[in-house]
Amino acid sequence: MLVPILRQGENLIASLQSNLTDRDLLQFSDDLAERLGKWRSRGVIIDISAVDVLDSFATRMLRGIVATTELRGASTVVVGMQPEVAFAMIELGLTFDAITTALDLEDGLAFLAARRRKS
Amino acid sequence: MTKERERICVGIENDTDIIRARQKGRELAISLGFSSSDSTLIATAISEVTRNIILYAVRGEITLTSIEEGKRLGLAIVVHDDGPGIPNIELAMQDGFSTGNSLGLGLPGARRLVDDFSITSELGIGTTITMTKWIR
Repeated sequence: MLVPILRQGENLIASLQSNLTDRDLLQFSDDLAERLGKWRSRGVIIDISAVDVLDSFATRMLRGIVATTELRGASTVVVGMQPEVAFAMIELGLTFDAITTALDLEDGLAFLAARRRKS
Repeated sequence: MTKERERICVGIENDTDIIRARQKGRELAISLGFSSSDSTLIATAISEVTRNIILYAVRGEITLTSIEEGKRLGLAIVVHDDGPGIPNIELAMQDGFSTGNSLGLGLPGARRLVDDFSITSELGIGTTITMTKWIR
């Protein structure tokens, strides 16, 4: 299953489906890196509102993906985490460390716009 | 006395089976009357323990059973593999301990998501993890 990555101005917006396999996530990581270089994107939004389970593997993958896009100069925001998923992450003992999160796509885009005005 | 109501078995060999197992677990949990939040905890616990099979044992199976004990309903999850076994269970149950290049939160994490958790392992024979969650 391919994760759709849309280009909107200087940003990339990727929406993760539910039930992505480990291989799908690895593929997404490669695709996002490639798109980021091609479009010279300044911001990335990863929408996880459809994701109904984030286990330790998926969390580690996501952290790696975000760290990579940040290192390549694109502000990255993870948006739309379901409340149940957030609760399960806390119970599991998982954290998103330095990852920026926002309630939804709208807030994520507002965050990126504000950051760009500052720089 | 514990009575069994419904039983589902899923073979675990690859990452697609992990998804199938946690979907079945969530469906069964919802149909039993678990809250959306608890169903997510169950699906996440299933994801963690079945991933252990893929990482360390190659092949195994998960059995999901809806159970009834007196007036309370619950979901029993048994995960079994014929893998190498866990040499030191106490160590494997510690947060942050991993021999498999992971966060090391799989087993101790899964234990926090359920009400009862037990693990037996024999070197060269395999590992069995039993988890139960009751409807609150």
